[in-house]
Amino acid sequence: MVYLTRKAEFSASHYYHNPDFTPEENRRVFGKCNNPNGHGHNYTLEVTVKGEVDPRSGFVVDLKQLKEIMHREVLDAMDHRFLNKEVPDFLHRIPTTENIAIAAWQRLATKLDKAQLHRVRVYETPDLFVDFYGEA
Amino acid sequence: MKAHLTRRYLFSASHRLHSEEMSAEENQSTYGKCNNPFGHGHNYILGVTVSGPVDERTGMVCNLVDLDGFIGREVLARYDHENLNTLKEFAQTVPTTENLCTTIYEIVKRGFRHAHLERVRLEETMMNSFEYAGETETIQIT
Repeated sequence: MVYLTRKAEFSASHYYHNPDFTPEENRRVFGKCNNPNGHGHNYTLEVTVKGEVDPRSGFVVDLKQLKEIMHREVLDAMDHRFLNKEVPDFLHRIPTTENIAIAAWQRLATKLDKAQLHRVRVYETPDLFVDFYGEA
Repeated sequence: MKAHLTRRYLFSASHRLHSEEMSAEENQSTYGKCNNPFGHGHNYILGVTVSGPVDERTGMVCNLVDLDGFIGREVLARYDHENLNTLKEFAQTVPTTENLCTTIYEIVKRGFRHAHLERVRLEETMMNSFEYAGETETIQIT
């Protein structure tokens, strides 16, 4: 079994807000991130797939194909978007880094044929990242 | 759904690698330049990985305010801009980055209640780093 990781970058804005919370509760829990006008980040998406090395090609997965899938399924939807308002995944989910990693996983998991999705890592800044392994 | 969250922190400290149980020659041959009696320093990069279910109400594994507050109070305030050899935990223990890494792991494991601690990673320089995930796993040097 060999693991392969491909990286991509996207930029997006978001804010944290739970409509079930009072305005005071939203401010207390989410702090600066609760500003309804939003703020943005340069996100880095790292997708790790695993599989056996194909003896004919020497590949775990065709990197070009993986890049295309990442762009089509994740970047085209999220890059240069206001996540709360423009990406349906976040209509009822707060677009935290945790939920972005989960959403990326859900968008990618069924789209890979040969290799199996192992991990999705999303960096919000160089000092903060989330890993999702598809665990319930 | 369960996710892992990693937060990175920076601190600077000095240390000297020297064991009372070794002769001067042995210390010199074991620790080399790090045995310089006046010590030397590093900019350490600390990575703390916690895990847990993503809270549906907040979308978070744990609130970063809680994690930053804990690490700030219990780790950074203790080690940043300090000489590690002067601290009580390193009175009998050589302040290698291995030992600092496991010590920080124990501090976080004992005191942080908002999420499960998975792993502590400590970079001493860009060229070497250490990871500790508790007794069941061994330290990885990369």
